[in-house]
Amino acid sequence: MKHKLSRFAIPYVIWMALFVVIPIILVVVYAFSSASGGFTLENFSRLGTYTVVFTRSFRLALIATLICLLIGYPVSYMMSKEGPRFQRIAMVLIMLPMWMNFLLRTYSWMSILENNGLLNQLFQKIGLIALYNQVFGTDLTFFRMLNTQGAVVLGMVYNYLPFMILPIYSVIVKLDSSLIEAARDLGANTFHVFRRVILPLSLPGVLSGITMVFVPSVSTFAISKMLGGGTEMMLGDLIEQQFLGGAYNPQLGAAISLVMMLIVVACMVVMNRFGEGEEQAVML
Amino acid sequence: MSKELIRLRNLCMAFDDDPVLNNINLYINDKEFLTLLGPSGCGKTTTLRIIGGFTTPTSGDVLFDGVRINDVPPYRRKINTVFQKYALFPHLNVFENIAFGLRMQRRSDSADPAGKKQVRIPESEIQERVMEMLEIISLKGFEHRKPDALSGGQQQRVAIARALVNRPKVLLLDEPLGALDLKLRKDMQIELKRIQQQVGITFIYVTHDQEEALTMSDTIVVMDKGSIQQIGTPEDIYNEPKNAFVADFIGESNIIDGLMVRDNLVQMYGKQFPCLDGGFADNEPVDVVIRPEDIDIVSVEQGQLAGTVTNVTFKGMQYDIIVDFRGFKWLIQTTDHCPVGARIGIKIDPDGIHVMKKSSYSGMFGDYSSFSEEYDELDDASIGSDEEERGDET
Repeated sequence: MKHKLSRFAIPYVIWMALFVVIPIILVVVYAFSSASGGFTLENFSRLGTYTVVFTRSFRLALIATLICLLIGYPVSYMMSKEGPRFQRIAMVLIMLPMWMNFLLRTYSWMSILENNGLLNQLFQKIGLIALYNQVFGTDLTFFRMLNTQGAVVLGMVYNYLPFMILPIYSVIVKLDSSLIEAARDLGANTFHVFRRVILPLSLPGVLSGITMVFVPSVSTFAISKMLGGGTEMMLGDLIEQQFLGGAYNPQLGAAISLVMMLIVVACMVVMNRFGEGEEQAVML
Repeated sequence: MSKELIRLRNLCMAFDDDPVLNNINLYINDKEFLTLLGPSGCGKTTTLRIIGGFTTPTSGDVLFDGVRINDVPPYRRKINTVFQKYALFPHLNVFENIAFGLRMQRRSDSADPAGKKQVRIPESEIQERVMEMLEIISLKGFEHRKPDALSGGQQQRVAIARALVNRPKVLLLDEPLGALDLKLRKDMQIELKRIQQQVGITFIYVTHDQEEALTMSDTIVVMDKGSIQQIGTPEDIYNEPKNAFVADFIGESNIIDGLMVRDNLVQMYGKQFPCLDGGFADNEPVDVVIRPEDIDIVSVEQGQLAGTVTNVTFKGMQYDIIVDFRGFKWLIQTTDHCPVGARIGIKIDPDGIHVMKKSSYSGMFGDYSSFSEEYDELDDASIGSDEEERGDET
């Protein structure tokens, strides 16, 4: 049996080697080489100039992850309380945007947030802008929403929220209902049932939700480019520029990628260590 | 000696118009070990869940100490539950599992004369009470283990301790021994009874295992199809079953169509047997229950009835033999060995005969032909139907 399994695993191993391991090795090799091909640490010493981009990326990704968690957890929790029919419909609604192309979705946000886009037109119609001008003594004809950090965070939340909801929901919905009954039986009111039983037992879902939102958020470049207008450069944009843009410098790009990867891995390790006890508990 | 603690009044329950409980009336005394016994789907667990507050009855009342508690949520009832699959909290160790209920409790502060201030139970008292419980369930030294590092029997005992540490008035147990193996189940039966006597509270126990019920209970409530069939002590239920269902469900019984000739005389197979029952109309059709152990095997000449042995199973303490009496097969337990095919006579003492009124269950139970057929299929074809034919006799 074991032998058979390993034979079936061969294609997977080849795939992993070709498309995961070798690219990582290439990234490492590039990061430590100069344009002429010799070994150098110069790429890393130049990273200092990009500290602003690093902190901005991690800050925005963190904010987006936090917002996703604040929206995603209650949604998952409430969904799991409803009947199976509601759960199915809600699940389809959550997945629906993901059936559309990622770029298309982000483009539509552009036209919603534009200076004379849908939202600003709506605000004009209902007199919100006039009211704002009156209250604050300004003279705006529209709210500037596009090309801000807020728009970038919005784009991240919109695109990655399902990745927060799904893992949390699937953990909560599988919780043994007799555990909740036992807690109620032992004198726990609704709040305590949540605080002492549901929350600790759903932590593994929360952790994987955080991972699945944070990692793509921190490395995104399409969202920041389209909704941030390129003014709010993030790590993804920076790396893209080194490979495809005018600042062509793949060695530097590799170094940035490597450092970003290491920081993300470090974050994940710390977080998983933190949640290890709970994870085992749910593995039962 | 004991006073009434819980009363169920005209309790009805339906899920989606599907009746689960029909008009349950029952009272439960303080410090009583009461068992709800019945096959799966008989409504016993639903009854338990209603008492525990997890299910709201469609109609009828639940009274606790004379007060209606239909709308009281589970955490306000002085009732705790041991769940079927234990439902221990996997993220907490044994100590914290047992302490869970105590940490939830708030009580009036003894230092506050008005008694308005609600305070937590002090940590020292929690420590003391949990340790005391660990002692009762003989699991001292296990307090830092996680539930998944315990055996089924140990988990079971933690679940009991977790409920008892709150000092409830009533402990509800939903088939708590179902997941344990036979040996452990027997030990836990004795253990449970001991714990119940030690803490001196009411246990309401749900099971489909009649032997468990007979071993532990003060009172047994036999249920089927959402109705109570009989309430009584284990002896009552066993010796004086009210109908064919109860007779069949509790222990083994041969249930034979009979005619009550007059008081103390019943007719089966056209023959009259003296018995100790009365109160029926003359010549009323009845069901007659005869327990397999109440039948004496004698020679054909001395017997009140004569039949042919069709099957013998060695059970250790006794033989279970199936005897064909004119097509109706009886189960007889005997220490004598009777070979298959032998003609035997039987004698039944008057106190071995129990007469029941006819009910909707009449004719459904009490014939052991299916039992012997199972064995026939396994047997060699030589013990065929022709031999059984010859067994038919007056």
